[in-house]
Amino acid sequence: MDAASFVVFLSSVLFVIGVMGVLLRRSALMTFMSVELMLNAANLAFVAFAHRLGQLAGQMFVFFVMTVAAAEVAVGLALIVTIFRTKRSTSVDDLAQLRG
Amino acid sequence: MSDLVILILLGALSVASALGLLLSQNAIYAALFLVLNFIIGAVIFLVLNAPFLAVVQISVYAGAIMVLFVFVIMLLGAERLAPTENPPGLNYQRPLAVTLGVALLLLSAYVLFVRPSTSVVMTQPVDTSPQAVGIQLFTTYAFPFEVVSLLLLAAMIGAVVLTRKTE
Repeated sequence: MDAASFVVFLSSVLFVIGVMGVLLRRSALMTFMSVELMLNAANLAFVAFAHRLGQLAGQMFVFFVMTVAAAEVAVGLALIVTIFRTKRSTSVDDLAQLRG
Repeated sequence: MSDLVILILLGALSVASALGLLLSQNAIYAALFLVLNFIIGAVIFLVLNAPFLAVVQISVYAGAIMVLFVFVIMLLGAERLAPTENPPGLNYQRPLAVTLGVALLLLSAYVLFVRPSTSVVMTQPVDTSPQAVGIQLFTTYAFPFEVVSLLLLAAMIGAVVLTRKTE
């Protein structure tokens, strides 16, 4: 087993933990942090493949994924703040209706 | 070979901090576990010959993004998370999620370790210094770079509009 295969396996373990977080936790904040964990796991796989293939393209993709994650966090946290103002809760079970 | 030993140690730490995130009952503790996970990820990037990404990971992820998380958690006063009971009608969800997650893990372990690897392409290592990454970023990837700047602008305007007080 070489370093790249191990990191790809580690990335799949972290991804599964992130999926568990999204599915099992009921707080929107925890769901959101688990999504960040999944994005980070995908980045690990990208860097591992870039290392294995001796190419820079994988690293460039990680850079763009990080930028998109930053944009996603800005908008997502703004949504959570707005929802908390009206519902006084961050539980996703309280968000079962479309009408504010 | 020593790389692999370091990576296995880092991987154990990384999985432990991710489990801490999954199981902690306090949102602040969860955010700090996530910061730890990102820093370990940065060290793994260093081992895998990606120094630029390691620094960006620490400054953008562990710095900016997680500061935003901690700020919002404390602003809302939402540290204490609600007890995680199942909502009515979704009792099957938890065992199903655990079963499918374990299945995904076993499948990826099978693909990586049991199935004989077909072709290991080993080319000579390329230059991964920040200078080389910067040159790539502003030549080959100039167009995605511009698109991403538009995306960040849209996200900034969106965040301002969403959190504006509406009377």
